[in-house]
Amino acid sequence: MTERVYMKGNEALAYGALKAKLNAYFAYPITPSSEIPETLAKEFGSEEYRDLKVFLQAASELEAINMVLGAAAGGVRAMTATSSPGFSLKQEALSYAAGMELPLVVVNINRGGPGLGNIAPEQGDYFQMTKGGGHGSYHLIVLAPNSVQEMASFPKIAFDLAFKYRNPVCIAGDAFTGQLKEDIVFPSIEATEYDISSWAVTGAKDRERHVINSINLDPEVHSKHVTHLDEKYRTIQQNEVRYESHLTDEAETVVAAFGIASRICKSVVNKLRQGGSKIGLFRPITLWPFPYDEVRKLTEHAKQFLVVELNTGQMVEDVRLGVEGRAVVKFFGKVGGLLPTEREIENRLESLAGKAIAA
Amino acid sequence: MTTQEPSLEQYRVKLGKLEALTEKPTHYCQGCEHGELTRLIASAIENLGIRERTVMMDSVGCSALAFDYFNIDHVQSPHGRAPAIATGLKRVRPNLVVYTVQGDGDAMAIGMLEIMYAAIRGEPISVFLVNNAIFGMTGGQMAPTTLEGQITTTTPYGRDIHFTGAPIDASRLISTIDGSAYVRRVSLAVSEIETARGRSYSIKNILEAKQAVENAFKVQMMGGFSFVECLSSCWVNWKLPIMEAKRFVNERLIKQYPLGTYKDKFGIEKK
Repeated sequence: MTERVYMKGNEALAYGALKAKLNAYFAYPITPSSEIPETLAKEFGSEEYRDLKVFLQAASELEAINMVLGAAAGGVRAMTATSSPGFSLKQEALSYAAGMELPLVVVNINRGGPGLGNIAPEQGDYFQMTKGGGHGSYHLIVLAPNSVQEMASFPKIAFDLAFKYRNPVCIAGDAFTGQLKEDIVFPSIEATEYDISSWAVTGAKDRERHVINSINLDPEVHSKHVTHLDEKYRTIQQNEVRYESHLTDEAETVVAAFGIASRICKSVVNKLRQGGSKIGLFRPITLWPFPYDEVRKLTEHAKQFLVVELNTGQMVEDVRLGVEGRAVVKFFGKVGGLLPTEREIENRLESLAGKAIAA
Repeated sequence: MTTQEPSLEQYRVKLGKLEALTEKPTHYCQGCEHGELTRLIASAIENLGIRERTVMMDSVGCSALAFDYFNIDHVQSPHGRAPAIATGLKRVRPNLVVYTVQGDGDAMAIGMLEIMYAAIRGEPISVFLVNNAIFGMTGGQMAPTTLEGQITTTTPYGRDIHFTGAPIDASRLISTIDGSAYVRRVSLAVSEIETARGRSYSIKNILEAKQAVENAFKVQMMGGFSFVECLSSCWVNWKLPIMEAKRFVNERLIKQYPLGTYKDKFGIEKK
């Protein structure tokens, strides 16, 4: 089934989740993510999406995410969506979910911060999404779509990863990918059936009881638990890195960007390549696990990197970790809802080239 | 205080191994009524034959380790959030019987929103609130239920309600919410009685609590939100001998928080 549709990123994400057989959605409204619960509320109870058994609007962000935890403990596909200030409020529960090894999906349509900020696009939650965000040693798996098309197809990938590793997965959109309207072909999604029999809380009938928690008062026991989580994260790092490498073969200059920023950078790269520049675009799709190895490989030919983000410099730190000092890494950011123009990025690249020559 | 002694038959119900309990001894302090409540919940689960479909939400506080004691499925909750977790689970698996055991700090301070909204929506879950008028696990700080003038580690000169607000009556509060179906306040502390053979102790309170716990599960299975507030002692943090602490429950706490049925929408107690 392929149908051509013209819709907003948030709506596409909601339908993508429905087609991946979303079972339970717990809502709390916040701009610019609210079209997600609105779309699901509209479809809740419809014949086509019978897998959606529960749609419930909670009284707070905390209540919504904790309802997701409860539903996930029951072994179903549970999701919620929010935007930056709300995502801050999710952190406690996400730390618990990681410790309890619960599979769930949380969508963060990143807006301006810190504090109330504004409702315009930013990528300022990169650290919070990729470095833990809550207390303790854990990671979310973070997927960053850069188009309405990917907003539609990522929920299925997110649920597959969540259940494969029993870990919370974050879809990292921003106010652009959420609000942008694009012409897309809806992907044909074949939902995966997951084996939940060894852990889900369904009542201890004809089996040993299942205890889902993260508390171990004995330091030796807790050490084992956290080490087990860490080993799981290493496996994820080995197996689940996703990225887009565009015209990076033999590239001497690499522009690195994710989400909506990568779309603008791609136009710049295409244009400069046509002009003969050896330039490429590197776009991490999984912000965690971050593609460190791929960045390091690029330094075999790339002498300089320009990292473009809608913040004051966050992913650039991971690019530097990947580069390990083998190339010059510069940063260009826009905040407050402003986008870098192609011209601005070209100027930065020109001055970067100048500096590299001078050095 | 005098009261009718329970019959031997009633007493027998409480003995023996329960299938809803593990073999693990509890960590609760000697004399703490959490032990009684554990036993009452387990026996209610057994009497109703629902062990294989009952799930407990473990809260933060003294009941955080209860997953070691109940031989059923468990889900842990962040501090105060157990009713939200219970809601999520119950909504996706409506055939389960879902309950929380929460302290007064957990439910009435940090988790006020979660318990109120679970009641407002009339979620078919059961909440057992252990009210010992103090934060027990963290070492005896003021709770929302701490009595006026009561000394705690954060009210070392006694709780001054002009600064802290007055103690919260959880049962009265929850009973005013349209969505709640069953609200009952019981005492888990044995009371002293005078008998022909001298001073003894009555477990009348506990037998009443036992009935309330069973009713709570029944009301949940009838589709209602049930709430049982269990007045309890915390002699360690109250800094009283065990039996004096139990006397404090039945003489002082009860005055602030009168026992009784605050709501019985389905008339379960008459059935």
